Amino acid sequence: MLSRDNRDPAALPRLLLTVLAVALLWPGIQLAELNPGVLLAADSRSEMGRFVAGFWPPAHTPDFLDLLLQATLQTLAIATAGMALALLVAIPAGLAASRALSLSAASRGGRPSAFGQALRWPVRGLLIFLRSVPEIVWALLFVRAVGLGPTAGVLAIAITYAGMLGKVYAEILESVDQRPMHALLQGGSGRLAAFVYGLLPNAAAELTSYTVYRWECAIRASVVMGFVGAGGLGQQIDLSLRMFAGGEVASMLLTFLLLVLLADALSRVLRGRLA
Amino acid sequence: MSLRLTGADLQHANGVHALRGVDLAIAAGERVAVIGPSGAGKSSLLALLASALQPGGGSVELLGENPWQLSARARQQLRARIGLIHQAPPLPPRQRVVTAVLAGKLGQWGLGKSLFNLLHPVDIPGARDVLARLDLADKLFAQCQQLSGGQLQRVGIARALYQDPELLLADEPVSAMDPVLADHTLSVLCRHAEARGVTLVASLHAVDLALAHFPRIVGVREGRIAFDCPANEVTRELLDALYANEQLVSPQAPAVTLTLQIPRC
Repeated sequence: MLSRDNRDPAALPRLLLTVLAVALLWPGIQLAELNPGVLLAADSRSEMGRFVAGFWPPAHTPDFLDLLLQATLQTLAIATAGMALALLVAIPAGLAASRALSLSAASRGGRPSAFGQALRWPVRGLLIFLRSVPEIVWALLFVRAVGLGPTAGVLAIAITYAGMLGKVYAEILESVDQRPMHALLQGGSGRLAAFVYGLLPNAAAELTSYTVYRWECAIRASVVMGFVGAGGLGQQIDLSLRMFAGGEVASMLLTFLLLVLLADALSRVLRGRLA
Repeated sequence: MSLRLTGADLQHANGVHALRGVDLAIAAGERVAVIGPSGAGKSSLLALLASALQPGGGSVELLGENPWQLSARARQQLRARIGLIHQAPPLPPRQRVVTAVLAGKLGQWGLGKSLFNLLHPVDIPGARDVLARLDLADKLFAQCQQLSGGQLQRVGIARALYQDPELLLADEPVSAMDPVLADHTLSVLCRHAEARGVTLVASLHAVDLALAHFPRIVGVREGRIAFDCPANEVTRELLDALYANEQLVSPQAPAVTLTLQIPRC
């Protein structure tokens, strides 16, 4: 079978990499103490059954729906305001951190000069710092600083998401075809002009898709931060859970589902317009 | 003197030695065709003349300046006076033709005007005019991805004409066009160069087109200048020597032992 004619030189390295991946992942499962059998034990089954049974029917009294609407709007506002602030930081930082905007790369076959790379590192470091602290920790910090309420959530999302968006923007820009931009740079154009004419048309759909996805994540994150008192739907869920009002929790989870569907549809429409 | 190469060497990042000790001087307003077999270094030579690549050795003088001794800003200003037409013009597929053509003047416009031009094209008549000279005016508002290879090449040429450079370089500008269109397009380029006193250097793989349109022919082979003479002095023997290919003539030559880098996965 492995005659000289049909031997693939990449076959052995691929096999070894697969074995290595499994060998590394197995201890990981042990360390995480993952044991699916626990789910099937009789007492945990009845416990979970009771918990879930309390979810039916979803609460739908007018008073509660009014409260739900307010909380949903607040959650959307937190996510959107946080994203807007994050973009203010992420766009300039992403452009500064990306090798794609290197002027020297255009005349060096795509490799930026060492000096330019050295200047990009502090920006990368800043982005790493911003996103390495989870938003929930920032939220706890800001709840102490500015008190209970949506402001803490907005600031926490702005900081963490600036780091994530900046990093991914920089990488998306590096992954699309660089030749249009290099051609413009070689024709004497400035860097920002070459970026908007040569790179943005190719990267726009990807950038939009990631931004809308992050907005969706920001909605979920603002819910989690609600548990520590940063307002919105999360705070309501926390209250309802404490009062064992399963029906209310079910209504709010359904609201989540609608919000994620909305983000998905928005992403689809925008990508359709751009691609 | 519009451009001068002295002992220019160029080695690509992948280790290929593209040019070795090239000496070339071209006066302002001259029209020169560069011919030679595939992989001879024609594109590398033009990239060097466009200041798109820095030579590993020797010196480059373009429009009276050495681009690699200038500051980055001054080099961009020099580059704005040099136009390079690519064989396969690198244009974003979704960009409209009018935007792609007007982008030729980005080096001369400020950032404000460049950004406004994306919202509303600032010089539609100018773009329509250059496209009309290439018989492409009807595609003004089409997207680049809707065009054929030959039409894209003409958009690339239109961009360079709109840029209105003092030194116009063309890398196989008509390789995707039919013979009639190629002939017409080269005459448009030559007429433009003559009318504006622009120096024109074009690499071509069609020798008859080169001899018909250009007064001076430079033959390139294996990274060196093989000959450099007026078009009427190019002989059959010179061309045969330029395009001679030992590998194709003797197919039963011993197989080359391959020492390829094997990809890891």
